[in-house]
Amino acid sequence: MNKVVNGADEAIRDIQDGMTLMLGGFGLCGLPENCIAALVKKGTKQLTCISNNAGVDDFGIGLMLKQRQVKKMISSYVGENAEFERQLLSGELEVELLPQGTLATRCMAAGYGMPAIFTPAGVGTEVAEGKEVRNFNGKDYLMEMAFDADFAIVKAWKGDTMGNLVYRSTARNFNPAMAMAGKITIAEVEELVQPGELDPDHIHTPGIYVHRIFQGVNYEKRIEQRTVRSREQG
Amino acid sequence: MLDKTGIAKRIAKEIKDGYYVNLGIGIPTLVANYIPENMDVVLQSENGLLGMGPFPFEGEEDPDVINAGKQTITMLPGSAIFDSAMSFGMIRAKKVNLTILGAMEVSENGDIANWKIPGKMVKGMGGAMDLVASAENIIVAMQHVNKAGESKLLPNCTLPLTGVKCVKKIVTELGVFDVLPEGGFKLLERAPGVSVEEIKNATAGKLIVEGEIPEIVI
Repeated sequence: MNKVVNGADEAIRDIQDGMTLMLGGFGLCGLPENCIAALVKKGTKQLTCISNNAGVDDFGIGLMLKQRQVKKMISSYVGENAEFERQLLSGELEVELLPQGTLATRCMAAGYGMPAIFTPAGVGTEVAEGKEVRNFNGKDYLMEMAFDADFAIVKAWKGDTMGNLVYRSTARNFNPAMAMAGKITIAEVEELVQPGELDPDHIHTPGIYVHRIFQGVNYEKRIEQRTVRSREQG
Repeated sequence: MLDKTGIAKRIAKEIKDGYYVNLGIGIPTLVANYIPENMDVVLQSENGLLGMGPFPFEGEEDPDVINAGKQTITMLPGSAIFDSAMSFGMIRAKKVNLTILGAMEVSENGDIANWKIPGKMVKGMGGAMDLVASAENIIVAMQHVNKAGESKLLPNCTLPLTGVKCVKKIVTELGVFDVLPEGGFKLLERAPGVSVEEIKNATAGKLIVEGEIPEIVI
């Protein structure tokens, strides 16, 4: 069960124009930086990207947007990106905005083998347009379908050669739910270890969900909003 | 009249010992600074953290430890990390006791609009729609009127909705209001130096005033 590939280029080798990708991360935290760089280099186009955010102008998915590789974004929040805004307003880019919990749970549903979920988020709003509404115990819920993604690309802290993954702090975010949801799941990790080095009780994503794994290089881990307090404030 | 800090301090009084609380971006974030020290309160950040601590000391920022506003933060003893699906699971399952968020408009039946202005750049709803659809206890922190001087407490929202019939309480620079189940903003307290008349003039929706209205005590 060795899932190891040589690096990002090999991991994404068969991602084709027009495919649907899930990309883990929240803001710039927990992003699969190596695979994004490899996709930019490969120049794959007409991609549909499912990701909570769209990066900033010069980092994250923003790098793919700059190369016009993205046809459609499915996200919950897409601010902080001028090129994104330009493409959206000019009609070059299609955007589907979804509540953040709906986005996460549609990933989860795919990983759990469930075709759809019911959520109250968006009932009575424009998010509900064209969606089936069901009433359970006196409350309305929207039916939201499980995502169907060709590839899920996630970033973990540690992983073993069998694809078992451990995430670190809030860099976990969308990564576990997406890892479970791809037809093919690619995991890049900061530290690749041998089977047995990770405590089975501490594994967040079991390797059965992961098809390819590699140790990434040169993680920038850019901070989007650097907020600090002074020592005097205590 | 209250300033932003005053609004945050007044809302902090709504927090009870043992609460799990989700704070939105803006004035709600300030509420964390005024939770009484003798209270055991856990802050939930919907990107996947329970037990959000203060900003880190300079030089101790960790890019893997951020809040829902993408700001660097710290964790506390007893903090727990989880993924985005579970985060909204606990919100949907009503495990979070209190949600405090900002708004552009609130209607007298408790509808809220806070994510989209047609014709302007749309950034998205983030977690706001999930929070307002599931939370049983929602307090809105906002300015009473917009920059054009128009009331944000309306008979009906004019902007695209974030959620329907969900807001229970509003704190503005002018006062504290309950949103009644049968409709209407019931004035509970007025800000220091603000008259009931001034609040009436700034409120486009149905305002209900019963008896003497006390001043806010912070």
